[in-house]
Order: sequence, then C-alpha cells, then structure tokens
Amino acid sequence: MDMDTADMTDTVNLREELEAVGIEEILTQLDRELIGLAPVKTRIREIASLLLIERIRKRLNLTSEVPTLHMSFTGNPGTGKTTVALRIASILHRLGFVRRGQVVSVTRDELVGQYIGHTAPKTKEVLKKAMGGVLFIDEAYYLHRPDNERDYGQEAIEILLQVMESQREDLVVILAGYGDRMDKFFASNPGFRSRIAHHIDFPDYSEPELLAIAELMLGDMNYKFSADAREAFIRYIALRKTQPLFSNARSIRNALDRMRLRQANRLVADLDRVLTADDIMSLEASDVLASRVFLKDRSTVRSAEQARDR
Amino acid sequence: MRITQGCFSFLPDLTDEQISRQVQYCLENGWAVNIEFTDDPHPRNNFWEMWGLPMFDLRDAAGVMMELNQCRKVYGDRYIRLSAFDSSHGWESVRLSFIVNRPKEEPGFRLERHEVAGRNIRYTTKSYAADRPEGRRYG
Repeated sequence: MDMDTADMTDTVNLREELEAVGIEEILTQLDRELIGLAPVKTRIREIASLLLIERIRKRLNLTSEVPTLHMSFTGNPGTGKTTVALRIASILHRLGFVRRGQVVSVTRDELVGQYIGHTAPKTKEVLKKAMGGVLFIDEAYYLHRPDNERDYGQEAIEILLQVMESQREDLVVILAGYGDRMDKFFASNPGFRSRIAHHIDFPDYSEPELLAIAELMLGDMNYKFSADAREAFIRYIALRKTQPLFSNARSIRNALDRMRLRQANRLVADLDRVLTADDIMSLEASDVLASRVFLKDRSTVRSAEQARDR
Repeated sequence: MRITQGCFSFLPDLTDEQISRQVQYCLENGWAVNIEFTDDPHPRNNFWEMWGLPMFDLRDAAGVMMELNQCRKVYGDRYIRLSAFDSSHGWESVRLSFIVNRPKEEPGFRLERHEVAGRNIRYTTKSYAADRPEGRRYG
C-alpha cells in the first residue's frame, strides 16, 4: 500500500483488530493461569498493545521499521520466567512479529563449545533452529565468565549480538536469569543492554499466592487438600520461605510431589482398607506435616545435628 | 552454456524470495535442507562438497538463507545447490534439489569422440572449466 491510499481518513476499528489476532484470549489465559505477577502481566499487556498499534501503523504505511523485541526476564528461580516466555512467543506469533512461534530454550551448554572452533557452529545451529521463533536463553549470565578471558562464551555472545541486530525480523531473543547476576552480565556486556527493548522483572510470590499456585497444581493433577492439610500447608509455606534455596513455585511443586509420595505410601500401608475416590484424591495433614521443614521448626538444635550427620 | 541440473533449472534464476519460499516448503514437509557447492559441475559428479552440516530440525527458511548467504560470500564464484533430504522411513533420500548460485560465465562442455576397435565411437563429455585447477576454474 502506498501513501496515497493510506490517507488520514482511513479508520481503524481497534476491537476488530484485537479480535482478528486473538491475543485477548492469550492475555486472559495468562491472567487466569498465572497467579500473582501483576507487574509482569501489566508489562505484557503494554507490549501487546504497543505491538498491536505497531501492526496497524505498518499497515497504514506509517512505519517500516521492525521494532526491537528482544527481552530480558529477571527474577528469582521458580517465578515463571519460562512459562511467560512461551506465552510471549504465542502473542508475538499471533501478531505476526515472529513467523512460526516456536520457543527454543537453551542454556550455556547448547551455545558454547568445548574447544577452539566448536562454538561458532554450535551457536549458529541453535540460532538456525530458533529462526522464525523465540530463542530463550536461560541463565544467560553464564555465557560470560569474567574470571577466564579465554572462555569461549565471549564468541557465542558476539555471534548472538550480530544476529540479534541484523536479523531482527527473523528471531526474538529472550535472556533470563537471576536479577543481580543479570545486572552484572549486562554491565560487562553493554551491547546486550542496548539491544534489548524490554526488561521485565519477575517479583517473588507472596504466601497466599504460593498457596493458590499449590491448589492450582493439585487441581490439575486431580488431587486436593483436606481442610487440615491446607492449614498445615499454609504453615509449611511460611516456614519453607525462610529457608535457603527457596525457589518459589518450583519448590512448591517439589513439595507437592513429595506429599503425593507420602500419601501413596500411607494408602499402601493399609492394604485391607477399602478406598473411595475421595481418599485417593485427598492429601491429609499427616502427609504435609511429615516434611523435614517442620522438623527444623520443632528443634533448630536437633536439625543442625541432623544436617551434620547427613 | 547454462547448466541444467535439478529442479527449476530451465527457469530464470530464482530470486532469494523464491528460494526462501521453496526452502520453507521443504521444511514444512519435514525435509532437512543441505547446502552443497562445487566447481566441477559435470552431470555425473555426484560428490558436491557440503557447506557445514546437514540442517535438521529447522522451522523457518531464514536459517537456511543465513547459511546460504555465508556460503555465497565464500564460494560465490561456484555452483551452489540446495538439496532437501527426507529421512522418513521408505524414502531416506533426496526429494528436491535445485541450483541457487552459478558462476558468471559458464563455459560449458565439449564432446570427445574416441574411435575404438571396429570403428566404434565412445563419447565423453568434458567441462572446459575443469581443465584448470580446482579453485581457479571460474573467474
């Protein structure tokens, strides 16, 4: 379309545009399925709106530039970075900013080689697979090893930067990692910071949010808490949060897996009992309270001893 | 003499846009697209050299085009072809192959006649370009 046809009298119906691409559906799904993360959702809505307008502007010939869409996700472990990356990919795909919409998730191992001359083909292979979609680099700060100047990570970084700049319409790169280490990474690689348009910070989940996540996960697996177990789990979350190596939703999922194990053990222990579907579905307080987390609560001295013995 | 090998070789040279569409067609069929080059385009030369590794698991033609452009930078004065390999059971062979780059001047082939016993004739095609050493055959 040339400028003559796209005169200023052209009207655009935003609602129709929005419905035509169907991102509203993805955004509401995001709201429904991801608990908490309010700032992240707001940012994603903002980006989606921007891209929708950008798309219309492109059609009206008001812009020809491809917007920079590379993003960085920072936040503690288990705050939903990978999940959001998958959603972003489908939003970008619906809006036509990536052609295929696949997500290729990699870490340092898949990008950096073992010996001289190994890195470039390896990085390029990953880039080729991600073309037309989203390349998600988890724990991206590992690419840069400041203590070793001959590290091959730098080579991977250079290839990435080059492709991020020259093939912006073919590929969107999302870097993810923990906040403070990503800051250091960006400080030592200013090229990355300037090529990334959207920095999104993922906050930690609050305790009620973690409980809601747990119940959502259990619901998906057709389990449920009994009333007592729910109470116990609230206490569990409060205690677990204070302990080291707490990784938000991931810790919750692991805790639930262990509780399912204990529940199964408890049910199998009493072979003569006739079970109802409800028995098999519900987790009892005893399944929760058997966790080591409570053990430490009862006696910190004893747990210190146990930690030493283990 | 314009060499005609593989698909589309009786058509005018494909543009990058057209090549990209063909590659996308191959990828959507689940074929792996490979880049090969040679400066000995004899029709019986089955052994073209490969540019890089076969490219499995690609979703978008942009990846192949990236490699092709790099190959052109290095071997722009030679023949480059793309071949699409179907690894599915029962096929396990090349499904589509077409030339995407050719030298500016193609001197063509001469036909040699050997008179052998009983006034029989044996024919040989020889590429004029292949008389010169490898790497200096075109341009």
